[in-house]
Amino acid sequence: MNEPGTAHEPGTAHEPGTAETEGAARAEGRRPGPAVPGRPLLSLSDLRVSYRTRRGVEEAVRGVSLDVAAGEVVALVGESGSGKSTTGQAVLGLLPAGGVREAGRIVFDGTDLTRVDARRLRSLRGREIALVPQDPTVSLNPVRRVGHQVAEALLIHRLADRAEAAERAVALLERAGVPEPAVRARQFPHQLSGGLRQRVLIAVALAAGPRLLIADEPTSALDVTVQRQVLDHLETLTRSSGTAVLLITHDLGVAADRARRIAVMSGGVIVEAGPTERVLGAPRHPYTRALLRAAPSLDGARAVRGAGPREPGRPPLARGEELVKEFPGPRGAPAHRAVAGVSLQVRAGETLALVGESGSGKSTTARMLVRLTDATSGRVFFDGEDITRLGGARLRRLRRRVQIVQQNPYASLNPRFSVAEVIGEPLRACGVGPRRVRWARAAELLERVGLPAGTLHRRPGELSGGQRQRVAIARALAPEPELVVCDEPVSALDVTTQAQILELLTTLQDELGVGYLFISHDLAVVRRIAHRVAVMRRGEVVEEGDVERIFTSPGHDYTRELLDAIPGSRTRAVPPAGPDAAPGGRDGPWEVTTA
Amino acid sequence: MGRYLTRRLLQAVLVLWAAYTVSFAVLYLLPGDAVEIMAAGGGEITEVTDEQLDAVRAEYGLDAPLAEQYLDRLGAALTGDLGTSVQTGERVTALIAEQLPATLRLTASAGALALLLGSAVALAGAHTRRPWLRQTLLSLPALGASAPTFWVGLLLIQLVSFRWGLLPAIGDQGWQSLVLPALTLALPTSAVLAQVFAKSLRDAWEEPYVATALAKGASPARVTFRHAARNASLPALTVFGVLVGNLLAGSVVVETVFSRTGVGRVTATSVTVQDIPVVQGLVVLGAVAFVLANLAVDLVYPFLDPRVTTGGAVAR
Repeated sequence: MNEPGTAHEPGTAHEPGTAETEGAARAEGRRPGPAVPGRPLLSLSDLRVSYRTRRGVEEAVRGVSLDVAAGEVVALVGESGSGKSTTGQAVLGLLPAGGVREAGRIVFDGTDLTRVDARRLRSLRGREIALVPQDPTVSLNPVRRVGHQVAEALLIHRLADRAEAAERAVALLERAGVPEPAVRARQFPHQLSGGLRQRVLIAVALAAGPRLLIADEPTSALDVTVQRQVLDHLETLTRSSGTAVLLITHDLGVAADRARRIAVMSGGVIVEAGPTERVLGAPRHPYTRALLRAAPSLDGARAVRGAGPREPGRPPLARGEELVKEFPGPRGAPAHRAVAGVSLQVRAGETLALVGESGSGKSTTARMLVRLTDATSGRVFFDGEDITRLGGARLRRLRRRVQIVQQNPYASLNPRFSVAEVIGEPLRACGVGPRRVRWARAAELLERVGLPAGTLHRRPGELSGGQRQRVAIARALAPEPELVVCDEPVSALDVTTQAQILELLTTLQDELGVGYLFISHDLAVVRRIAHRVAVMRRGEVVEEGDVERIFTSPGHDYTRELLDAIPGSRTRAVPPAGPDAAPGGRDGPWEVTTA
Repeated sequence: MGRYLTRRLLQAVLVLWAAYTVSFAVLYLLPGDAVEIMAAGGGEITEVTDEQLDAVRAEYGLDAPLAEQYLDRLGAALTGDLGTSVQTGERVTALIAEQLPATLRLTASAGALALLLGSAVALAGAHTRRPWLRQTLLSLPALGASAPTFWVGLLLIQLVSFRWGLLPAIGDQGWQSLVLPALTLALPTSAVLAQVFAKSLRDAWEEPYVATALAKGASPARVTFRHAARNASLPALTVFGVLVGNLLAGSVVVETVFSRTGVGRVTATSVTVQDIPVVQGLVVLGAVAFVLANLAVDLVYPFLDPRVTTGGAVAR
C-alpha cells in the first residue's frame, strides 16, 4: 500500500482500515434500494490478486483501493497486463482458473463480498452487479436464442416466470437499442452483427436492474462508429437508471468521454486517480503522462510520418484501376460486391492509408493491389508494369517486392519457428542462401527493428506483442520489398507499444524509401502516420486526399461521422492543424485518381 | 434445411456404393482363390479339377468380363439380392435378416447404454467439486478404452454369473441375458464418448459465454447443463456416429463370448470358412449401419446447433 496510496486523490482515496465505518456498514446489513448517503456503493481496499501457475506465482493486482459511488462512472485505465480486468473479475468473484484473491476487501453496499458464501455471491451477480463483457462475438451462447439469454437473467433471480421473462426480454432488447426486438429475440447470436450482439449483452446486463455495471472493454472489438453508438446508448441507460459503472478500458479517449473519474493502473497498482479533467489536464504520475503522450486519439496532431514520396516524377509503385471484387452469393443470391470500382495508387516512400469499418472492402482492395486476390475486373500495375494477369515465376518474383505485416502478431508468426527462422523464411523462398547468410541478414534486420541480437534464437511465444510485431516487420523487410502492406499493424497492441511501432515504421520508410499501404479502422493512428488517406465505405472510396485536409476539412458526411466517432473527441477541442498541414485540395505530385 | 438434407442423403448413397465396390474388388477380383474355395464348398481346400472350377465360375457368373460381373452384381444388390451362401446355399439377405434382430437388440441397447454411461461420467466429472472424485471419474474412460472386450466379458461372466449368480452367462433368452453382453459391448464405446465429452465440457467452461452466464448469477449446475453441455455434445455426437461401426464389430467378439446367435456370430463363421458372398453381404450391412447412424447424427445436429442450417445470414 505504498505507491497507490501516494497517488490517491483526496476524496477518492480509500484508506483501508477505517474500522468504524466498515463496522457500522456491516451492522446495518445489506439494504436494497439506494445506497446509504456518503458511503460508496463499491469499495475496494488493498485488493491483491495473484495467478498461481506451473511457472510460479504471478502478482496481477498488488494492492488496489478504489471507490465507486452510486450512479457514478469510474474508468479504470491501463494497458494489457496492468491488472485492470483482473480487478473487475475479482469484484464479480469470477477470477479465471488459477486466480486467487490474496488479501483485501471488496465491499459492495456494506457487504464484504470476500466473506459471503458462493450462494450469496451468486444472488448478487447479475442482480446487483452485472458484467458487460469484452468480445461480443464470443460472449453469447451460440446455440441459444438471444431472447432466451436475456430472459435467463430474470429467471435465475426469479424476477419473472417464463412467459413474463420472454416478454420482458423483448422490451429489454428494445431499450438496449436493438431494432425489431421481437424478431431478434428469436434469432441466434451468429445471425446478429457485432454491434447488435453487444447491445444484446447490455440488455442481459441491465435485465435485473443492477446497481453496478462492470464494463470490461465493452466496445474495443467494435468499429469506431458502432462503438460510439453503443457507448452513447449505455450511457443513456445507466444514467436514467442510476446505475454505477466501472468502465475498464485501455483507451484513454473512451475513458475521457465517459467517466467522471479516472484511475490509471500500471503493474497491478493504481498509479494515479482523480477527476477526469484533472488526470488528463494535469497528470502527476509519469506513467499517466506517458500514456497521454502515446494515446493517438487525444493527440491527433503529433504526426510521426515520414518525409513523403520520393522522385515525384516516377510512375507510382502500385496502381489499381477500377478494381472490382465480387464474391458469389449464397444459394443463387446475387453476388456480393465487396469492392465496387476503386482506383488508387501508392508511391515509393509514401504511406497511403485505407480507412473504413469492417466489411468496407479495404482489405480486399489491398489484396487485389498486391495480387493476393484476383480482381473480378479492373487492372493492377506495379512499377509501371501491368500485373493483372501475371502468373508463375514472374508473379513469384513480384512477391519479393511486396510484403505484408499482418494485424495479429500473436497469430501471424509460426510458434514452432525461432525468430531467425521466421525472418529467414522469405529469404529462403527467394532463394537466398546458405543458412549462414540468411542468419546474418536476420541479425541485421533485428537490429534495424530495435530488437537485441539475442532474440534470434527465441521463439515467438517468449516475446511480447510489440516485440512480435517488430519481428513481423523484420520479416516483411527481409527480401527488401518496395511496397509493404500493413493490415491493421498496431490495432492489437497497447497504446505505448502502438506509438513505438508507428515510429519504427516511419524511420524505416525514411531509411529504405518503402511505400506503405496502411489499412486501419483507427483514424487517430492514420493521422499520425499517413501522407494520404482514402476513406472506404461499402466497397467504394468516398473521399481521398491529403491527410491534414481530410482531418481538418472533410468533404464527405461519412468522413465527418468517422472523425466525430473517435473516442476522446468530447474532451478534445477542435483538432489543431498540424505544423505540416497541407492546404486542402492541393495539387501535388501525389494527387490521385478517385473512382 | 432441405438442401442440407439432400446433400447428406447423396453422401450416404455414395458411401454405400463405395463400400460395395471396394468389397467387391477385394473379395471377387483376387485371382483363383475365391473360385477354388467356392468349388470346395467353402470348406478345406481339396483337389478340384479344372472342369469343376469352370462349372463354379459359370454358376456364379465369374467367367464374364470383370465390368459385366460388377454391374450384374451391383444391379442385383440394388434389387436386394446379395447372392447365396456358398456353405449353406441360403440366400444371403435371408440369412442376415434372420440373424439381424438379435444383433440389433444387442447393439441398440449397448449404444444407448454407452451414451448414458459416457455422458453421466463426463457430466459428473465436470460438475463435481471434489478433486479426488473428479480425478477418479475422469480416469475411468482411459481404463475403459484400454480393457479388451473379450476380457471384460469373461470377467463379468466370472463375477456376475458364476460367483454371484445374478444373471445368465450365456444364451439369448429374455432381457436378463442381454444385460451382460450389452454392458460388455458398451464399455469401450462409452469410454471414448466420455473422454471426448469431458474434454469438450472442460473447453466449453473456458468459453467467454460461460463467463457471461456466471455473471448473470447462474449456478455451476446451470452453466454445465444449460450452457456447456449442449455446445460440448456436438463433438461427442460426431464421435458417436463413428463408434456405431465399432459396436457392430464388437458384436463379433461379444456374441462369441456370450454364445449368442446374431450377425456377429455369422461373421465369425463365414470369415473362418471364407463364405465370400456372405462376407460381402455383411460388409454392405456394416456400411448401411454406419451410414444410417451418421445420417441420424447429421439430422440431430441442426437441432443442437442452429449454425448448421442458418449460417451465413448475418444481419446488420
